[in-house]
Amino acid sequence: MDLSRKDMLGIIDLSREEIDLILDTAESFKEISTRKIKKVPTLRGKTVITLFFEASTRTRTSFEIAAKRLSADTINISASTSSVVKGETLIDTAKNLESMNPDIIIIRHSAAGAAHILSGLLEQSIINAGDGAHEHPTQALLDMLTIREKRGAMEGLKIAIVGDIAHSRVARSNIYGLTKMGADVAICGPAMMIPRDIDQMGVSVYYKMEDAIRNADVVMMLRMQLERQERNLFPSLREYANHFSLNRDNINLAKDDVLVMHPGPINRGVEITPEIADGPHSVILEQVTNGVAVRMALLYLLSGGRK
Amino acid sequence: MKEKKVVMDAGEIERSLTRIAYEILERNKGTDNLTIIGIRKGGIFLSERLREKISAIEGTDIMSGTLDITLYRDDVLTTSKRPAIEKTYIPFPLDHKKVVIVDDVLFTGRTIRAAMDALMDFGRPELIQLAVLIDRGHRELPIRADFIGKSLPSSLWENISVNLTDSRNTDEVVIEES
Amino acid sequence: MKLILKGGRVIDPSQNIDTVMDILIEDGKISRMEKNISISEADSKDNIEIFDLKNKMITPGFIDMHTHLREPGFEYKETIRTGSEAAVVGGFTSIACMANTDPVNDNRSVTEFIHKQARLAAMANVYPIAAVSKGQDGKVLTEFGDLKDAGAVAFSDDGNPVTDSGLMRHALEYACSFDMPVISHCEDTGLSSGGLMNEGIISTQLGLPGIPGIAEDIMVIRDISLAGFTKTRVHIAHVSTAGSVQAVREAKSAGINVTAETAPHYFTLTDEALKEFSTNFKMYPPLRGSDDVEAIKKGLRDGAIDAIASDHAPHSPIEKDVEFEYAANGIIGLETSLALSLRLVHDGILTINQLVEKMSVNPANILKIKKGSLKTGSDADITVIDMNKIWTVDADKFRSKGRNCPFNDWEFKGKAVMTIVGGDVRYADSEL
Repeated sequence: MDLSRKDMLGIIDLSREEIDLILDTAESFKEISTRKIKKVPTLRGKTVITLFFEASTRTRTSFEIAAKRLSADTINISASTSSVVKGETLIDTAKNLESMNPDIIIIRHSAAGAAHILSGLLEQSIINAGDGAHEHPTQALLDMLTIREKRGAMEGLKIAIVGDIAHSRVARSNIYGLTKMGADVAICGPAMMIPRDIDQMGVSVYYKMEDAIRNADVVMMLRMQLERQERNLFPSLREYANHFSLNRDNINLAKDDVLVMHPGPINRGVEITPEIADGPHSVILEQVTNGVAVRMALLYLLSGGRK
Repeated sequence: MKEKKVVMDAGEIERSLTRIAYEILERNKGTDNLTIIGIRKGGIFLSERLREKISAIEGTDIMSGTLDITLYRDDVLTTSKRPAIEKTYIPFPLDHKKVVIVDDVLFTGRTIRAAMDALMDFGRPELIQLAVLIDRGHRELPIRADFIGKSLPSSLWENISVNLTDSRNTDEVVIEES
Repeated sequence: MKLILKGGRVIDPSQNIDTVMDILIEDGKISRMEKNISISEADSKDNIEIFDLKNKMITPGFIDMHTHLREPGFEYKETIRTGSEAAVVGGFTSIACMANTDPVNDNRSVTEFIHKQARLAAMANVYPIAAVSKGQDGKVLTEFGDLKDAGAVAFSDDGNPVTDSGLMRHALEYACSFDMPVISHCEDTGLSSGGLMNEGIISTQLGLPGIPGIAEDIMVIRDISLAGFTKTRVHIAHVSTAGSVQAVREAKSAGINVTAETAPHYFTLTDEALKEFSTNFKMYPPLRGSDDVEAIKKGLRDGAIDAIASDHAPHSPIEKDVEFEYAANGIIGLETSLALSLRLVHDGILTINQLVEKMSVNPANILKIKKGSLKTGSDADITVIDMNKIWTVDADKFRSKGRNCPFNDWEFKGKAVMTIVGGDVRYADSEL
C-alpha cells in the first residue's frame, strides 16, 4: 500500500486502504513525540511552508511541530504578515512561494477550493489545512485515529456529529472518512445549519440532540461560530446552548463508554458544558496529540520519491 | 533457473544463537545494564531469542526493545514508494546502557548506521555492539559486527533470506540467485 | 457588388422555406431567392461574387439577444469591436447587449455611444438594451421614450433583479406603451444572497453556499403575475430551472404574454461540473441539476422557451483566476453558442428549423427588430452553417477578449462557416 498522490486535498479522494495506511503510519509516529529527543532526520533539507489565510494557532502549530519533528525546515506565512494584505492574488502568492523551492505547502483559507487552486498550479505537494466550509482532511484523520485507538475500528460505530454542519469543513471531512470506514454517522443541528440533500452523503439527519446522541458510541461536538452565520441564521448563543449543547443530562442517552470529541477551540458553555469537556468521556486532548502524529504521517507519506 | 540453497538449518541457527548469547555475556561481563534491541523486521525474532537465552543462562531478565530504522535510512525519500513505518518500542532511556543491536543479515552496513543514529536519540549508551546471524560482506560503510552467526561470502546478485518461525523447527537461512 | 449563394439548403421558418435554392444579394438586401440563378442573368462577372454552398445550410442571420459587451467601462474585458467580431465568427449577425456597463446604459448618450462604436466596428449589428432603472439600482425608471429614440430595443436591469414589484409593474406598463419588451433577470435576492452555486448535494459536498432553484422560480412567477395583471408582456432572461420552464409554459397556455430564453450552458452542463472549483463554471444563474437540464430541453422542444441566447459574459483573469467565491459570474458564449445548440439538433431534440426559430426568428420578434427572415427585400443578414464540420474549441484563438470558457478543448460537430451582415461577408471560414 502506498499513498500515491501528490496532494492531500480532501478525504473525499481517499480510499479506505489509504486511510488505514495513514492511520497505521500515524500510530507508529506517535512514539517519536514521547522520546527524549523528539526528532527524526527523515525530512532533513526539506522545506515546509504553512500558508495560513485564516488565523489558527492550533492547526498551524500542530503542522509546524509535525514538520519539525521530522527535521524539515518550516516557514510560517500568515495573512496578517504577508503580502496578502497588499492585495496580491492567491495565484501570485503561490507562484512566489514556488520560486523559493519549498517541498510541501500547507494551506488554510477561508475560501472553499483554495487548496485545489494551488494543487493545479504547483508541483509541490499541497496539504489542505482547511478550505472554507469544504474540507479539513487532517482533522478528520486525527479524529479517526482517536476513535480507532479507543475502539479498535470504526466499523459499525454510531457516531453523532452535532452543530453547524452547513459551515463545518470538519463535519464534511469526517462524514466522508467515517462513512468510508463503515461507521453509522448521524448529523444533528438546527434546521438552518443542515445543508440541503446531505442525507445523500450517507448520513442520517436529526434535528433534536436527544435523537442524534441516543446510543452513540462517539459524540463529536462542533464549534459554534455565530460570526459565520451570515444573516442571523440563529437567534442567539443562549438559544443554541439550550437546545444543542452536550451536558451532563443528555450525555446519559449515549452509550456508557461514549467518547466525547471536539475539534477545538471549545466554546465552554455553548456547545459543550465544562464538566463534559473535562470529564471522563472526553478525548479532546488526545485528539490534539494525535493531530501531530497524523500530520507527521502525512508529511512523510507525501514526501519525495515521486514523479 | 533459480538455484536455492539452504545454508543454515534450524539446528545450526539454534547453536549459533546459543554461542552468540555466551559471547555477549562474556564480552559484557554479565547482564549489568545490558540491553538488546532488535531491528525491524529481520532482527526482531533473533533479538527475542537471544534475550530468552541470556535470561535462561543468567537467570535474570534483561531489557529489550525494537527499533524501526526506516526514518533514519539514507534512501528513505529516494525510493519510489514510502516504506511502511512500524512501531519502535524502547520504553527506557539508553543512557549508560550497553546496547546490543540485533539484525539478521549484515550487508552494506547502511541499516546499522541508521540504527546507531536512531539509538543516540534515546540517550547516550555506554557502548553499542552488533550481533548478526549472517555477515554476507559487501560493506559500504566502515562497520563490522561484534557477534556473527556465520560469515557467508556472497555475490551481489544473490539473495540471502533468514526465515524464522514461531515453531522454530523450520527455521532456515537460504541463498538464491536474484 | 452582388453576391450569389449557390446550392445551399435554405431554411427560413419565417416563410416556411426548407429547400435547396440560390440567393442573390444586391445592395445589402436579399433581392432574389430561387433555384439556379444563372450568372449571366444576374450581372457581369467582375461585379459579382459567387459562393458554392453545396451541403451547407443557409439561414436568416442568427441573433444573440443577450450579451455583455463591457464597453463602456470594462474595455479590458471586451469591447464592442471584439465582442461583435466574436459574434460574427460565432455565426451571429445581430446581438443585443445588456446595460450593466460603466456608466450604465440608462441614458441616451450611452445608447448612442454603443451604436457609434458598433458602426465603427462594422461587424455584427448591435442592439443596445437599456436599463430599467437609473443606475440599475431598482429605484427610479429610466427615460424609456428617449432611450427608444436613441436606439434601444429593450429594457433590462440584467445582472440585478428588479426586486421592487411595484417598480417592475410600472416598468412593464410603461414599456408597453413603446411596444418594447422588459427583460427580467429573475432572482429573489433574499434566497440567493451569499450563494455561489446551485443548492443541492454538490453545494453541500463542496461547502459552498447554495442558490436554490426557487430563487429563480419565485421571481418568474411574480413577473408572470405582473404581466398577467397589467396585460403587458415580459421576457424572462436565462431560464435555468425546471420550475421556471413550467411556470412559463403554464402562463403561455393561460394566454399571458410571456417569452423566455435560456443559454446553452443550461441545457449542456450541470452543477457536477463545479467539483474541481473551476471558476469557468461559475455563473448566474448557476448551473443546475440534471432534472433542470432535461426540463430546459423539453421546454425548448415544446415551445415553453422561445429563444437561445448566449449570456456572453467576458471577464479577464483578474476576475476569474481567483478563489471560487471571489470569482465573477459568467462565461463567454458567442463563439460556442451555435455549436452547443446544434448538439440539440444532432441529438434529435430540436429540428434545424426549430433551432433557427430559437436563434433568429423568435429573438427578432421578441425584440421587434426587422431581422430573422430571408424575405425578398429584407436585410441580407445570413448565417451559413456546415452541420458536419468537426472542430475543437481553442479559447486562446477566440476573437472575444474573454477566455472564461468552460468548453475549451470540447469537440463539436457543426459550425457557422460564413456570416453575412447587410450583404457584406463579415466572416468566412478558411475552407470557403
